[in-house]
Amino acid sequence: MCSGCGAPIVVKMALLASEYPVIASNATGCLEVSTCISEFTAWKIPWIHNAFENAAATISGVETMYRSLKKQGKIDKDIKFMAFGGDGGTYDIGFQSLSGAMERGHDMLYICYDNGAYMNTGIQRSSATPFGADTTTCPAGSVIPGKPQQRKDLTKIMAAHGIPYVAQASASHWSDLVKKVKKALDITGPKFMNIIAPCNRGWRSQTNDAILLSRLAVETCYWPLFEIEDGVTRITVKPKEKKPLTDFLKPQGRFKHMFAPQNEAQLKQAQDGVDKYWERLLREEEFYSPKE
Amino acid sequence: MGMNEKRIVAVTGNEAVAEAMRQINPDVCAAYPITPATDIMQRFTSFVSNGKVKTEMVLVESEHSAMSACVGASAAGGRVATATSSQGLALMWEELFIASGTRLPIVMALVNRALSAPLNIHGDHSDGMGARDCGWIQLWSENGQEAYDNMVQSFRIAEHMDIRMPAMVCLDGFIISHSIERMEFLDDEIVRNFVGEFKTTNPLLDIEHPVSYGPLILTDYYMEYRRAHAEVMSKVKNIVLDTAKEFENISGRKYGLFETYRLEDAEIGIVVLNSAAGTTKDAVDIFRDKGIKAGLLKPRLFRPFPYEEVGEALKHLKAICVLDRADAFGASYGPLFMEIASALYKYKERPLMFNKIYGLGGRDYMPGHAEEALSELAETAKKGVVKTYIDYLGVRE
Repeated sequence: MCSGCGAPIVVKMALLASEYPVIASNATGCLEVSTCISEFTAWKIPWIHNAFENAAATISGVETMYRSLKKQGKIDKDIKFMAFGGDGGTYDIGFQSLSGAMERGHDMLYICYDNGAYMNTGIQRSSATPFGADTTTCPAGSVIPGKPQQRKDLTKIMAAHGIPYVAQASASHWSDLVKKVKKALDITGPKFMNIIAPCNRGWRSQTNDAILLSRLAVETCYWPLFEIEDGVTRITVKPKEKKPLTDFLKPQGRFKHMFAPQNEAQLKQAQDGVDKYWERLLREEEFYSPKE
Repeated sequence: MGMNEKRIVAVTGNEAVAEAMRQINPDVCAAYPITPATDIMQRFTSFVSNGKVKTEMVLVESEHSAMSACVGASAAGGRVATATSSQGLALMWEELFIASGTRLPIVMALVNRALSAPLNIHGDHSDGMGARDCGWIQLWSENGQEAYDNMVQSFRIAEHMDIRMPAMVCLDGFIISHSIERMEFLDDEIVRNFVGEFKTTNPLLDIEHPVSYGPLILTDYYMEYRRAHAEVMSKVKNIVLDTAKEFENISGRKYGLFETYRLEDAEIGIVVLNSAAGTTKDAVDIFRDKGIKAGLLKPRLFRPFPYEEVGEALKHLKAICVLDRADAFGASYGPLFMEIASALYKYKERPLMFNKIYGLGGRDYMPGHAEEALSELAETAKKGVVKTYIDYLGVRE
């Protein structure tokens, strides 16, 4: 992978967190093309890459065969199943496959490493690309200053499936991430985790900034750390002081144009979006918290 | 194992396929409803719900996911089957190449149906022909009996340790899938012994021996992988024949790479796939009664195509009409015609040939159509000249 990429850190942490043997599927993307080439593989666990849009359906097939053979007494080990996909393979083209697998109730954990664009094909916008970002298919121009739409709130959409566990995590808060993966693997049924994964090529940031930017994403409440367990929302890390969104945007070249005087309104709209989301999340948590 | 263990039944083509699947008892089936294949999985899930099979179902949200789950389940290490038609196969197209490129012995019943647009649910071969070069083995079936027999044989063929390739069994939508015919089912034990235990190769579920499936292979080795695929496909023919021989021992029914009907001393012949062959055989008889030496060849193994054997079987004819139930919209001859022409190309002396497109979107193929083709053939043979190389049969102009 590129030097300084956030994705392998996320995958390594998730696999280290597991106390069980894991079999993983992987959507086509950066993680996949750079980890298994010809006869070389970086994976020490059983691993399958099928195509771009079907990491969820593929692992659902593996998990079903496991249940079938276990039922027949042909296999006795406890095995856990994970799927890894980028935001393009998860929010967009793999969305139907993911939704179907979650609804069917397979015992699997889907992990999306969200770097906010189609980085493998060269930084094209996805439905996870943040508002205002400059990508190769929504370039910041004189008429349209970057991506005009908000991000799709996939984590909440997954929660709306009524599955037992959904969480957002960040490698900057590694103990929170590891705890969430462990918890997810101990729950039977479909689980979904969305983990931010900085891409210095697409974000146009420094190669040693992956963890710093992950942390700023959390501290600005751009990427809140929360979990929804059995429908109950809990914010797992609350920043002591909510930093302005510009702290997260400024070190990234993809947001550079937003700091031009003529794009002041755009910058404000981005901050408003983050504020509203965070307030809604706080209210949601309060709604579920034990009452006096 | 005696012939007395056979059951004589009156069932539809779909029912026959579902019965074969019950007897074969796959570990996992993943499927999505589509007319006219839906009925197979409806019947099969009732076997699952009533404990008649050990199969675990994956009732997915699309055919793309159906084949994706089949790929995952097969790579995990077990016997996998599914069924689809038309748009469903079209949606699976990407996955068909991945299943075969990964050498996964998945078996799929393809209930042939026309492709949209315009939307049409009836039988033609445009779906199967659109997937003919996706690296799968294709067995085509004239009737419910052949569909049942091909299903039973296809697991043995696909799972053969020398090939490990996915196979599809094609039968005509509605004409066969929904028509009741008299046929013979084999005894459960006989089918199970014939198909045998599933043998795994590099299963994902073997966590002690982790394997990676689906590598990236670029210009350095991609072509060698494709060449290896072709090499494996060259073994299919003999495995199909060996399997047919063993199948004859348990069923009394003979199968080959293709079927010939009154072809040996024929001067004119029709080549046609699937259900239309039955109607055509009757017309051949009528022409024989008139003293015209007519015959028929019906391919069974369409992929890989047995060019040499087909060429040898047809080379002595004076004229051949190839009937195609799939169109290339004026851009080419029908897919079956091109194979027959290729099979005969190497002979210096070869039959005159013409192509008729018939039965699209389930349009009835009547005895009159077969007779029309045979009359044109007789005239072509007599005059030594082809009137029209490609034309439609039974269309309103």
